Amino acid sequence: MKKDIILAGVGGQGILTIATIIGTAALKRGMHLKQAEVHGMSQRGGDVQSHLRLSDEAIWSDLISFGGADMILSVEPMEALRYLPYLNAEGWIITNAVPFNNIANYPDVEDIYSEIKSIPNHVLFEADTIAKEIKASRSMNIVVLGAAIKHLGFTQAEIEDAIRAIFARKGEAIVEANIRALQAGIAIGN
Amino acid sequence: MDALMLLGDEALAQGALDAGISGFYAYPGTPSTEIMEYVQRSKQAEGIHRTWSSNEKTAMESAIGMSFAGKRTMAMMKHVGLNVAADPFMNSAFTGANGGLLVAVADDPSMHSSQNEQDSRFYGKFAMIPILEPSNQQECYDMAFYGFELSEKYKVPVLIRLTTRLSHSRAGVVRRAPISQNGLKTPDDLFQFMLLPAIARKKYQHLIELQNDFVCESAKSPFNSFQFEAKDLSKGIICTGLAYNYLNEVFQGKEIPYPVVKICQYPLPNEQIHELYNKCDSLLILEEGMPLVEEQLKGLAFTGMKPIHGRLDGTLTRDGELNPNKVAKALGLPDTYGKPIPAVVTGRPPMLCVGCPHSDSYLALNEALTEYGRGHVFSDIGCYTLGFMPPYNAINSCVDMGASITMAKGAADSGHFPAIAVIGDSTFAHSGLTGLLDCIFDKSNVVIVILDNSTTGMTGGQDYTAFGKLEDICAGLGVEKEHIRVFVPFKKNFPEMVQIYKEEIAYNGVSVIIPRRECVQTLKRKHKMEG
Repeated sequence: MKKDIILAGVGGQGILTIATIIGTAALKRGMHLKQAEVHGMSQRGGDVQSHLRLSDEAIWSDLISFGGADMILSVEPMEALRYLPYLNAEGWIITNAVPFNNIANYPDVEDIYSEIKSIPNHVLFEADTIAKEIKASRSMNIVVLGAAIKHLGFTQAEIEDAIRAIFARKGEAIVEANIRALQAGIAIGN
Repeated sequence: MDALMLLGDEALAQGALDAGISGFYAYPGTPSTEIMEYVQRSKQAEGIHRTWSSNEKTAMESAIGMSFAGKRTMAMMKHVGLNVAADPFMNSAFTGANGGLLVAVADDPSMHSSQNEQDSRFYGKFAMIPILEPSNQQECYDMAFYGFELSEKYKVPVLIRLTTRLSHSRAGVVRRAPISQNGLKTPDDLFQFMLLPAIARKKYQHLIELQNDFVCESAKSPFNSFQFEAKDLSKGIICTGLAYNYLNEVFQGKEIPYPVVKICQYPLPNEQIHELYNKCDSLLILEEGMPLVEEQLKGLAFTGMKPIHGRLDGTLTRDGELNPNKVAKALGLPDTYGKPIPAVVTGRPPMLCVGCPHSDSYLALNEALTEYGRGHVFSDIGCYTLGFMPPYNAINSCVDMGASITMAKGAADSGHFPAIAVIGDSTFAHSGLTGLLDCIFDKSNVVIVILDNSTTGMTGGQDYTAFGKLEDICAGLGVEKEHIRVFVPFKKNFPEMVQIYKEEIAYNGVSVIIPRRECVQTLKRKHKMEG
């Protein structure tokens, strides 16, 4: 298996946590992994992205090629579109539909949705709303991850194990909130 | 041992720890910061020097001192930090090392978080010392061991050059058994670190004599490789650092048809480069950064008998970092660029955080300056540089660390009024003090605003050497006590803040204003930790 994933969002929305969870599950399978992150100036409320590469074979480049990504996994709708040049023709966009509006000239959200819907393989849904409904409002990122795991080729059990390993030190309540978020996202993805 | 998932920065740090280092010296700077942050988190590093230095020059000098004492040590900085440390760095090539001395510099091609994209390999060549340029995280780790050995074998400092995509990318790294630290041992030759002209001339001769040894080391380096056998000799490829990965990415699953030379240790092994040139009809140079290898190969008298392609002739972009697609195009392969970014997508530049103390300080400063119009505020590098963005549009310059104060001074010397400097508290500790002393010496008519958020903000909240001492430092340097003004930048204090700015603008002399309120990011983190 080989998966190249662009994770997208705005600084502070939790894309690196998504990367860590997928990465933990991939390592447990004995896969190779490379993960390029954005640090520094760009994190101050600006757009952020991470290139996450998983493969059964050795991986060379830290960066995904343009046209090489199997998935854009985004916690913000406009940010999903920013990385469209990376997506391959059969690739998936899986994104939160709730805008993170910290700029004066944020475009009409319907224009953003119609661009996302023009990509044949897409999942566009209000992850923030779902996270609130299941009383896991800080786990919106995990809801988005849940919607993606089928297309990433991971089982629910594998991702749950990774979540338990990563959040264990934060206490059972946080682990459970994230598991609920994952399950709610999986329901959307199926 | 199991593989650890480490950033390139972290792999270098772990490598240095396992290779028996005794002290790390650094000032934060993207993309190098995570080297020291990793060490500060590491239990293994207890008892090893790992606190931040005031700036890159003091860091480099401290590392030279530790090397003098026989211990292994490393100075770490971003590329422009090496400009600050250039004086001790260049001279360390003459003094040489006693204990292993590594200088780790993280370059930022494409300027993700920097004001230029200078290539530190030029500094290494300038200083005539060996350069190591890892191409992956494992090499970052291994090069710490190798670098210390090389440094101690020839008694020279060794430059390790990282770039953003390696510094900030994570992959599996396999550790070796740690080795113990060196004991204290003063140099055998007590003239070694004495660069008086008569000694320095001998040192330079010695460094010149070592050049051939360095080339031989590159020729047999485990990090360089020479694949001369290939089916297609129309092109020979030289890759440096990360470019080697992009080449392999492009040909993944297929055999590379051309001869390939991988360079991760410099100076260039010239015999092998000649062999490649003689064997092939043309050369393609793939390097992450500026065209250092390409320029060396072409030289001024290059007649173009055989074409050498690279960044200089437009085969690759002259600026910016490489990626697999740029490399594919340079090889004449099709580009796989996906759909273009839809026009509806707008930019989302970095900005001051909601609730940032700097935003209140800037809004009040703008108000105080209304009657003078724009073009009076000099600034430099830090979170506060984002005061350039709307709605603040508050600053008019960003050149280098500390330049706010000295540029304001120069403008004031010319008669420009008012001349305001805006500098962060950590940047003031880095290189503001000497500029302030210049202002006091000349009684310059400047207002220096030290935006005190009590941390090094832009790089993620590191502590710094002048914390809690700003008023004492300013008074000690000679600023009159009644012209050191402190306020808390909150909206509710707006009238008082504007009034203080106006009063100090009206004063003909050196004023220091310190708006003091903790960074909202570090505050948030503290609250989280306290639960």
